[in-house]
Amino acid sequence: MNDLLLNIDAGSVNWARAQFALTAIYHWLFVPLTLGLAVIMGICETIWYRKRDTFWRDTAQFWQRLFGINFAMGVATGIILEFEFGTNWSNYSWFVGDIFGAPLAIEGVVAFFMESTFVAVMFFGWKKVSPGFHLASTWLTGLGATISAWWILVANSWMQHPVGCEFNPDTMRNEMVSFADVALSPFAVDKFCHTVISAWIIGAVFAAAVCCWYLMKQRETRLAKESIKIAAWVGLIASLGAAGTGHKSAQTISEVQPMKLAAMEALYDGGTEQGLAIVPGVKVPYALSIMATNDPQGYVPGINDILNGYTRPDGTQELSVDEKIARGQQAITALAAYRTAKKNGYAKAVTDHELSVIKENMPYFGYGYVKDKNDVVPPVWVNFWAFRIMVGMGCLFILFFALILAGVYQFPKALFQKYDIAALPHWHYWIAILLVPLSYIASESGWLVAEFGRQPWTIQDMLPTWVGVSDVDSFSVALTFFLFLLLFTLMLAVEINIMLKQIKKGPKYSN
Amino acid sequence: MAMTKNSFLYKVYDLYADGFRHMTVGRTLWTIIVIKLVVIFAILKVFFFPDFIRQHADKGQEAEFVATQTLNFKE
Repeated sequence: MNDLLLNIDAGSVNWARAQFALTAIYHWLFVPLTLGLAVIMGICETIWYRKRDTFWRDTAQFWQRLFGINFAMGVATGIILEFEFGTNWSNYSWFVGDIFGAPLAIEGVVAFFMESTFVAVMFFGWKKVSPGFHLASTWLTGLGATISAWWILVANSWMQHPVGCEFNPDTMRNEMVSFADVALSPFAVDKFCHTVISAWIIGAVFAAAVCCWYLMKQRETRLAKESIKIAAWVGLIASLGAAGTGHKSAQTISEVQPMKLAAMEALYDGGTEQGLAIVPGVKVPYALSIMATNDPQGYVPGINDILNGYTRPDGTQELSVDEKIARGQQAITALAAYRTAKKNGYAKAVTDHELSVIKENMPYFGYGYVKDKNDVVPPVWVNFWAFRIMVGMGCLFILFFALILAGVYQFPKALFQKYDIAALPHWHYWIAILLVPLSYIASESGWLVAEFGRQPWTIQDMLPTWVGVSDVDSFSVALTFFLFLLLFTLMLAVEINIMLKQIKKGPKYSN
Repeated sequence: MAMTKNSFLYKVYDLYADGFRHMTVGRTLWTIIVIKLVVIFAILKVFFFPDFIRQHADKGQEAEFVATQTLNFKE
């Protein structure tokens, strides 16, 4: 028995986390561009369908080519994450059971059938199918990718806010009791809307940057001038949409992950009428209360309040972390006792009693592994700055796209009358090009907030990282970490190279 | 079912066959996809990412193994 006792190498959990983060960050380089370019190419082809001007078909094909490169390079990069679950996060994988399995299986089937079918029609079918069918295939390709993202985000949301499940002490798994609760949890809906809309921003920034490069080189001027208009409209609507969905996400987070919100604000002592920090020491009065509760007088708990327990505005009491630790330990002890009783054939009354203790304390199960209450505080500075980078860049994108549209439509006339988007000083175009990496930094910062903010939990309140990890040697995890780093860097270099070559080559005009 | 040029199956076959034949940048991309899939499934999965529980627990004893791992947890 002693041989089976876990003695996890302290380093393995950190290497496993680092490896998962590396893989997820790399995977997320492709996904948002796929989702974003899908909208741009769909709009271009829709214009062609309506006008039947071959210029628009050539433009749509050009964006589809760039979409295809990104799509091909991103294929299967997400599968590595699933390998990591099975090897590095085996306790966690078992614990989440079929809750993760169902959305990921649906994602796999949808991704395979929908995307592989319609991608083929989109690329190979220009002269083979009717224009209407082709247009539908182009939009369905994007829709397929978006639906795939939905299921992945449902799985992620469940980790952040586990709902629709019941823990089975016999199988040691969480079992789904309501598919609808899992698939349509408010957390999942908010996350999906915010994530997908923010992905459109990346597609729009990328398309605007490509257009600006052409304008700077004074080539493909019509394509650049027309496409930048589309990119700017998509980008502006998406940036404003991301602000709105971000606000909704913040409200959900304030309800289900108050510690994450407190860490995002570096708010140690909360209260009512809380201001939002722009940078340390500079606050917008009432803004945090509004962001979290839609009420300038709203109560927002700080880190210390959450650690020590606090009274919610509705008068109910939130337990202190020490109390949650005690409840978690009761759950763990009862689970161990239940399993021993079952194994030894004890009376049903004994197992029933343990079952009731487990059920009563299961929401705090993970706290039973926490030795020091401060261990449940996520890294504050990472959350604080990642949140500011994401929001700051979001505001910059609103300004960027609004300025492009003002220039393109020369509105207001007094300011933009002499403004010709095709003949600007080069530094204007360089700003647009430099915004591409910054848009990725903003997007990845969003994920840093989402994932660092829920530390130390792999499943919120249920399973901390150091228990979810497998008893694997840290050396092997570190080895694959560096292997991935090398492989991913190489693949990224290849993608950028192919992409740049195709941009330099430009569109293929029919006439 | 005979596969005439007007049949649905032939049209599907023709879509893919003709599409693959006339690929330009697609050839490079497919080469990369195939290499990537081989690396992921034939090297990474086989040599670096075994199923930890299947490797350490007997069939049917997975729950017991995870219980031992998590309930007897020692930091």
